[in-house]
Amino acid sequence: MLIAQLRPALVLLLLLAALTGLAYPLAITGIAQAAFPSQANGSLVEHDGQVVGSALIGQAFAGAGYFHPRPSAVGYDAAGSGGTNLGATSATLASDVAARAQAFAPGEAPADAVTASASGLDPHISPAYAAAQVARVAAARSLDAAGLAALVEQHTEHPLLGLFGEPMVNVLKLNLALDALGDDNS
Amino acid sequence: MTWQGWLQIGLVLGLVAAAIKPLGLYMAQVFDGKRTFLTPLFGPVERSFYRLAGVNAQSEQTWLGYTTGVLLFSFLGAPLLYAILRLQAVLPLNPQGFAGLSPDLAFNTAVSFVTNTNWQSYGGETTMSHLSQMLGLTVQNFVSAASGIAIAVAVSRAFARSGVDRIGNFWIDLTRATLYVLLPMAVVVAVVFVALGLPQTLAGSVDATSLEGASQTIAMGPMASQEAIKQLGTNGGGFMNVNAAHPFENPNAFSNYLGIFSMLSISAAMVYAFGQIVGSRRQAWALLSAMAVLLVVGIGAIYWAETAGNPIHLAAGLDPALGNMEGKELRFGQAMTALYAAVTTGLSNGGVNAMHSSLTPLGGLVPLFLIQLGEVLPGGVGSGLYGMVVFAILTVFVAGLMVGRTPEFLGKKIEAREMKLAMLAVLVLPLAILGFSALAAVLPQGLAGPANSGPHGLTEILYAYSSAAGNNGSAFAGLSANSPWYNTTLGLAMLAGRFAYIVPVLAIAGSLARKQKVPASSGTFPTDGPLFVGLLIGIILILGGLQFFPVLALGPILEHVLMLAGQTF
Repeated sequence: MLIAQLRPALVLLLLLAALTGLAYPLAITGIAQAAFPSQANGSLVEHDGQVVGSALIGQAFAGAGYFHPRPSAVGYDAAGSGGTNLGATSATLASDVAARAQAFAPGEAPADAVTASASGLDPHISPAYAAAQVARVAAARSLDAAGLAALVEQHTEHPLLGLFGEPMVNVLKLNLALDALGDDNS
Repeated sequence: MTWQGWLQIGLVLGLVAAAIKPLGLYMAQVFDGKRTFLTPLFGPVERSFYRLAGVNAQSEQTWLGYTTGVLLFSFLGAPLLYAILRLQAVLPLNPQGFAGLSPDLAFNTAVSFVTNTNWQSYGGETTMSHLSQMLGLTVQNFVSAASGIAIAVAVSRAFARSGVDRIGNFWIDLTRATLYVLLPMAVVVAVVFVALGLPQTLAGSVDATSLEGASQTIAMGPMASQEAIKQLGTNGGGFMNVNAAHPFENPNAFSNYLGIFSMLSISAAMVYAFGQIVGSRRQAWALLSAMAVLLVVGIGAIYWAETAGNPIHLAAGLDPALGNMEGKELRFGQAMTALYAAVTTGLSNGGVNAMHSSLTPLGGLVPLFLIQLGEVLPGGVGSGLYGMVVFAILTVFVAGLMVGRTPEFLGKKIEAREMKLAMLAVLVLPLAILGFSALAAVLPQGLAGPANSGPHGLTEILYAYSSAAGNNGSAFAGLSANSPWYNTTLGLAMLAGRFAYIVPVLAIAGSLARKQKVPASSGTFPTDGPLFVGLLIGIILILGGLQFFPVLALGPILEHVLMLAGQTF
């Protein structure tokens, strides 16, 4: 019984491997590169002919004149994603959260501003966290805070039909718009 | 919790419910050997496969022959995958130049993918060459899922037949599940995934220079093709370390909906196909409603616990509006994170879109508990159905004891032999989970693993062995599991959870196929009504729940109480 089944086992393993492990992913790659080249190559964003990042991947903006992303367990290393994996009763996490919350008025620290994302690469922040950064960015760039708040609102992604998805702001796109603003002024 | 969140949950579950009947009928047709709309396309491929493999398309196997086929196919697949992983450095399609995997990691990964567990002791983007992802992992994503479907079909046939010792041909069921079910769906889902933003390229990574002048290396690869079958085959092994929490694997709300829909649809439709094959669609709906009740309660519990947030953090001055956001991605929100976490563990998917270790204690208890219930809600493709059939057999047995009649299920008398085999199957899970967890909780090699202290550390260990033995694959990822101790023992737990379960289940199928169907009489306990559904839910909770309750009390439940008291570790 065992010997008789060796041939189908081996042959089908190799045939199915060739079909699902080579033909299938290569065919999808072909279709993807032809039909959706931008997405298939990582939704890269170019600025002045330079790749400045991916629209989907967060980056570690730190300057006062840029909007900052969420805390990241991996420092926005897009070649090695990861979360903190700290649990609810972790003393490390509790003190990290408390330290980050210092920058905000009591009871007003947006949760995304003081917690690390799952991937360490979350490209978005909440509208509340973006709003909390408007004053700093406006001061650093000598911009009108109300005008900047309007720019943030313009770059806030709302749920489709008010239902599907979450309200959020893509940090890289917002920062690109900020730089474009500077270019217009000069 | 918001009505908008529940609406999204309802939308995804509603789409799955709508897919159950057409997909289930289609699958029943496929495994009956009938013509389908894909036969003109795949018929010639199928026939040439049989010719090359020496398979007679008319022949069928006894349960022993079928089981031998399943085991042989898996035990040949594992060394092939092991070899690819060990040798990836000298094989093509390795743009990042990754080294071969260590022996214990390659063993763990090979076992993990062959058993449809897809536990990741490795970080994909830092370990795996594209060839390993494609020819190694993607292949097992397909064929381990197809094997699960095949076994479920064989079990279904056993109920439909009378007085025969044949339950089908594994090689034919395996080939048909791949060609007519998994592959066409994967092609469609993969292309939609690319349109939604998943990369699909043979390049390894791209170097970007940020607006601030910092350099960032962005890893990518053939991800959409892997992600599609990862979801459809309830495999769950991600291309990236953080799985479907990675913005490339799951870039927006819509890829998240599609991912969850893909996970659920085949497993749920498999139950309908079972009903169709055994000639009782009402039975299918009865099983599905038991699954749905438990799953929706699980979703609600996680959603509630996570929106309530962590009082220790709230005391530090957080705005409670977003709930507990540690280890979560903003684009999913609490509702879609809760749905994903419950579905991935109610099934045996094991992909994650949030870090389960950073869920609140009760939010993390639910996924752990759903795995320990045996992943039958609706479970892995195939494995969920045959797991549920075992629970149904136990339920009619208990009902039979209450009234003093020989239990029957779908016209088959359930006797001593079937009961012994069913008990053997359900004992595998507690034995592997509690046995290995107990060892790891006292041995220094085991205690070196957890990253968190206090009860959370115990939960990390418990979750790992539950995930491995349940062939789930999700993790409380604080555990440093890439060590010889964990790689080896988790590998053994995965093997036990898959094969020590499959063999008794197929033996039950063999024994049932031989029995004559007895016509229903006034004394027959109807198994398609609400009474049976309630009893079935009770059996799942009592069997699954009670045996794990003591250790859950020491892990997540204790942590919850300590969190409320403001205690940290």
